[in-house]
Amino acid sequence: MTINEIQDELVEEFSLFSDWMEKYEHIIQMAKELPMIEERYKKDENLIKGCQARVWLHAGFKDGKVVFTADSDAIITKGLVSMVVRVLSNHTPKEIVAADLYFVDKVGLKEHLSMTRSNGLLSMIKQMKMYALALQSTLNVN
Amino acid sequence: MKTGTVEMDEIIAVNTIRKDFPILATTVNGKPLVYFDNAATTQKPWAVIKAIENYYTQLNSNVHRGVHHLSQRATDAFEASRKKLAAFINARHDYELIFTRGTTESINLVAHSFGKQFVNAGDVIIISALEHHSNIVPWQMLCEEKNAVLKVIPINEKGELLISDFKEMLDEKVKLVSINYVSNSLGTINPVREIIELSHQKNIPVLLDAAQAIQHLPIDVQELNVDFLAFSGHKMYGPTGIGILYGKEKWLNQMPPYQGGGEMIKTVTFEKTTYNELPFKFEAGTPNIEAAICLGAAVDYINSIGLQNIQQYEHELLEYTTDKLSVINGIRFVGTAANKASVVAFTIDNMHPYDVGVILDQLGIAVRTGHHCTQPLMDFFCIPGTIRASLAFYNTREEIDILTEGLKKAVSMLA
Repeated sequence: MTINEIQDELVEEFSLFSDWMEKYEHIIQMAKELPMIEERYKKDENLIKGCQARVWLHAGFKDGKVVFTADSDAIITKGLVSMVVRVLSNHTPKEIVAADLYFVDKVGLKEHLSMTRSNGLLSMIKQMKMYALALQSTLNVN
Repeated sequence: MKTGTVEMDEIIAVNTIRKDFPILATTVNGKPLVYFDNAATTQKPWAVIKAIENYYTQLNSNVHRGVHHLSQRATDAFEASRKKLAAFINARHDYELIFTRGTTESINLVAHSFGKQFVNAGDVIIISALEHHSNIVPWQMLCEEKNAVLKVIPINEKGELLISDFKEMLDEKVKLVSINYVSNSLGTINPVREIIELSHQKNIPVLLDAAQAIQHLPIDVQELNVDFLAFSGHKMYGPTGIGILYGKEKWLNQMPPYQGGGEMIKTVTFEKTTYNELPFKFEAGTPNIEAAICLGAAVDYINSIGLQNIQQYEHELLEYTTDKLSVINGIRFVGTAANKASVVAFTIDNMHPYDVGVILDQLGIAVRTGHHCTQPLMDFFCIPGTIRASLAFYNTREEIDILTEGLKKAVSMLA
């Protein structure tokens, strides 16, 4: 599936929920589906510093595609991270760099991208794109 | 003390009072706003909001400069506000009050100007383990610059200062003691009288960070005999961007200016500038005139309710809150000092405070989660942060009930 197909799938999933509780229960459920970062990568240099919740992110590279794994100490943040990983993981660096993540707004979670939330989600998306960009430029050089 | 309906309503008629604060009628996610983030900032009454409008429609002009009518009126209002604030804390002289941007700037001013004059290599500044970053970092910066030493009064598990340790720290090397009156994270009311007395026995001046005290309890700087007092307008129902540094005349006169510019000078030539007298020596540049004047309106408003009444009402509400929240499974109160202001901080099992805060927000309940700018304190308790409900006199028991139900819901979702 393309990045946008996965985003549309998420938007579709969320459209089924009629109230905020179901929505957040689903996010909490998705936290459990996050591809977990290996313990050895869970170190400070892979920590994305939000003000409150901590997020660890690792980017691997396999068959021309970037594979993200992550973790967070807050479960709602972890659920949000899981959604972003689901959208961006297993795509080429070029696709990731070019991705427009419209799903966050469409599923009604835009407030989680605001700076005041300080959950590191915004920084994480930036970091994922940075990894992809770095990989892309390495690929171009070779 | 009882927390029955009649008793509390007799202290403050909260349903009437709430109408003074238009923002309290806001809805969030379709639910009535429950605002429990008063330690971060308080909401503003109509009296302050209207004063802001009045300033810009009737008074706006620069102060202490023009000979024209408006400038004179603005200056009069500005100085009248200083007088009101001086009376509010019972300062001996109006000119012992400096308008600053807030508590942080007030503390930085003292760290800079007092530090420049009185602190040398090897000297000691004492703070406490309860301090907000704004009463830690300015002193760290000073100590780094001067090669001085920062010492920290330790606390016990309840979040109370260990006064016996403090006594042992006091020697001739100590140049200043700077502590908060009320802890923003835990609500502990510190034994400031004793701290000031002990310090003065060794001729050491004391700065009180009163950012979390000024809105909760009556403060008399002469009776306390405190040397410096810092507080913010926005935490006492006034505008943001304005605060006060009170300093005893004898200290302020010995301290060099903080910033250079207009207003703080007497004469300027390219060879030499002479400085203006108090308080203007410390008020370089055009001040936040509107906020300074409207802070006076906030003082009037507080006086109309009475700080004694506010203190009593908030105490009742604190007791009610602590009782109510005790039923939540896995709750652990962080900060259980015997003497507390209306701050309730807690964790629930191993749930991340952030998660709880997000769920409460969905229910229209505003709490603060995180380390509350007191990271060393969170390290002491070995927690990443807390959930903090900080109460004001416009909060009600019904709102506490909503919080309790909200927390039960959060627990059921996150457990």
